Amino acid sequence: MSRLVRIPATLGAVLALVLGVAACGDDSSAADSGTSSSEKTVKVGFLYVGPKDDFGYNQAAYEGSLEVAKAFPNVEIIQAENVPENAEAERVMERMISQGATLIFPTSYGHLTPAVNVAKKHPDVVFVHQGGLEPDPKLPNLGTYFGTVYEPVFLAGMAAGKATTSNKLGYVVAFPIPQTLANVNAFELGAKAVNPEATTTVVFTASWCDPAKQAQAANALISQGVDVLTQHQDCTKTIIETAEAAGKKSVGYHYDASSLAPQGWVAGSEWNWGPLYTDIVKTFLDGSFEGSKYDGDYRVGLQTGDNPFVQSPFGPGVDQETKDAIAAAKDEIAAEGVFAGPLKDQSGDEVVPAGTTLTYAEVEQMDFLVEGVVGKLPK
Amino acid sequence: MIEAVLAGAVRGGSSILFAALGETVSERAGVINLSTEGSMLCGALAAYATAVETGSAWLGVLAGAAAGMALAMLFAAVVVFRAANQLATGIVVLFLALGVTSLLGRDYVGQGVDGFTRWDVPGLSDIPFVGTVLFAHDPLTYLALLAAPLVWWLMFRTTPGLMVRAAGERPEVLVATGHSPNLVRLAAVAAGGLLAGIGGAQISTALALNWSENMIQGRGFVAVALVIFAAWNPMGALAGALFFGGIESLQLQLQAEGVSVPADLLNALPYLATIAVLVLFSRRRLHAAPDGLTSVFETSP
Repeated sequence: MSRLVRIPATLGAVLALVLGVAACGDDSSAADSGTSSSEKTVKVGFLYVGPKDDFGYNQAAYEGSLEVAKAFPNVEIIQAENVPENAEAERVMERMISQGATLIFPTSYGHLTPAVNVAKKHPDVVFVHQGGLEPDPKLPNLGTYFGTVYEPVFLAGMAAGKATTSNKLGYVVAFPIPQTLANVNAFELGAKAVNPEATTTVVFTASWCDPAKQAQAANALISQGVDVLTQHQDCTKTIIETAEAAGKKSVGYHYDASSLAPQGWVAGSEWNWGPLYTDIVKTFLDGSFEGSKYDGDYRVGLQTGDNPFVQSPFGPGVDQETKDAIAAAKDEIAAEGVFAGPLKDQSGDEVVPAGTTLTYAEVEQMDFLVEGVVGKLPK
Repeated sequence: MIEAVLAGAVRGGSSILFAALGETVSERAGVINLSTEGSMLCGALAAYATAVETGSAWLGVLAGAAAGMALAMLFAAVVVFRAANQLATGIVVLFLALGVTSLLGRDYVGQGVDGFTRWDVPGLSDIPFVGTVLFAHDPLTYLALLAAPLVWWLMFRTTPGLMVRAAGERPEVLVATGHSPNLVRLAAVAAGGLLAGIGGAQISTALALNWSENMIQGRGFVAVALVIFAAWNPMGALAGALFFGGIESLQLQLQAEGVSVPADLLNALPYLATIAVLVLFSRRRLHAAPDGLTSVFETSP
């Protein structure tokens, strides 16, 4: 008996040891240099909340950092993935600064507070945060930036509106927050622009990534006759796979998943941070960060410039006529915006009067679903 | 709509059913394994990774079962042979599994997999209503439905089942007949982990066709709660798992129908139902508990 005891116990100890080593290894490599060369004069740090190969938000940011490295041979990138949104992020940033970083990109929403704390201690280091807002009073060495997510979603909605034969589109959403509601509304408005009969049914899963529930939600929508599915989730694979298996179509979000759905892929939206990151680094290298547009809350979309949230490639079923219509609509958005009045909410009340357009700031407060969206907001 | 809800209940409940059956076996032997969630995670990752690497979903299930069992045996080694506190050890082993699967699973996030596809039972799937509800699922879901009566038969009609129950109720009987209660418990916990591992495999390679960190999302704990709900009876676990699967399926289906439902409340329903059942029936249910289990709580801090 005692032998039996020892073997598993030893196994457990070995396992724990391996884990410990793995964890330490992970920790020490967290702030490892992407490249090492003594000629590199400027060091730029990037923090990601998740793995840099998540086929989603973090991977998009990581790929943006690679474009920075390509654009500026004298810039060394210090990468740190899986950085939690707490004091650990402060330690990672401190470590980057001690390694010589003078510009830091904390790329997750929850990295804002740690970045603000570190920025106050290091006035000589510049921080540009992805998606947050400047603290009050604002810091001279910190800025925020973000794209306009719902603009390409509107364009993808147009493709979906053309692709549907049942006139029923489905949207699997994590939580009802302004950002997700803006996407759902933009998607429906895009679909309605080309297909007045199209409705969008929304299902909330109350989780950013619960694949089993996503599959069930997708199946529920499909059983209601929905034939084009899209989503606002962190992990996107399940819904695309479920739609494909059921012979339905999908519109992607976060990354180009067309390879997962060779039959049903219609369109999608994804991040392309490279150009914006490169311009931020260029502004910094020119020594003109302070007082620049990036030294504040920089929000960019088609109305103000190049949106870093872009259209994914179209699927095989999208015809030239639809592509042309979408290209034309893109110019229209640049002129008028997505949420141009008159717009009615689900109860038929006018929420955006004719002749006005919601500003980017107003969209960040969105709390209604437009006419044509099926499904209710939880009160 | 009822058809779709029930079909969803079966499809979504089968992973919980596997885990609940496993936990039933384990608890019948006197061991509460709170790391069931961890066994499901290990099963989900091992099955997914194996299916990705070999292209065979069935090999994946074998790997998932083995991984779930391995974790449960680690747990059993500590609580059965070292008599460590079962509840604390279960939680620790769960967190171990969470960490290990997050680490080892990183390469498989977003990877394409040839998982299970729907396999309609010839003939039966054409029956109106019943066909859609019961006979148009992935193979692992059928396995889960068959496993419930099988585990019931094993537990109550065979000698090994009797030995498992003896380990939980009257270990001295086992000793008197020349058996080691601890070895029986180890086997029961291992079998429980094996079933939970298959449950995890169902989620990753049949239902969701995806691997992501912490993807079981508490279903292992629902399974543990279910065992009490089911009064340690495998057929009760079947009913309970379908009930839980049904509630999740119902709330999603209602939303898809555009019915105004408080989504947050519905998302909490499975847990509220568990609490309600525990409150309403706990006294009666506790009589059904294997004697060995009560000592777990008596020695708890």
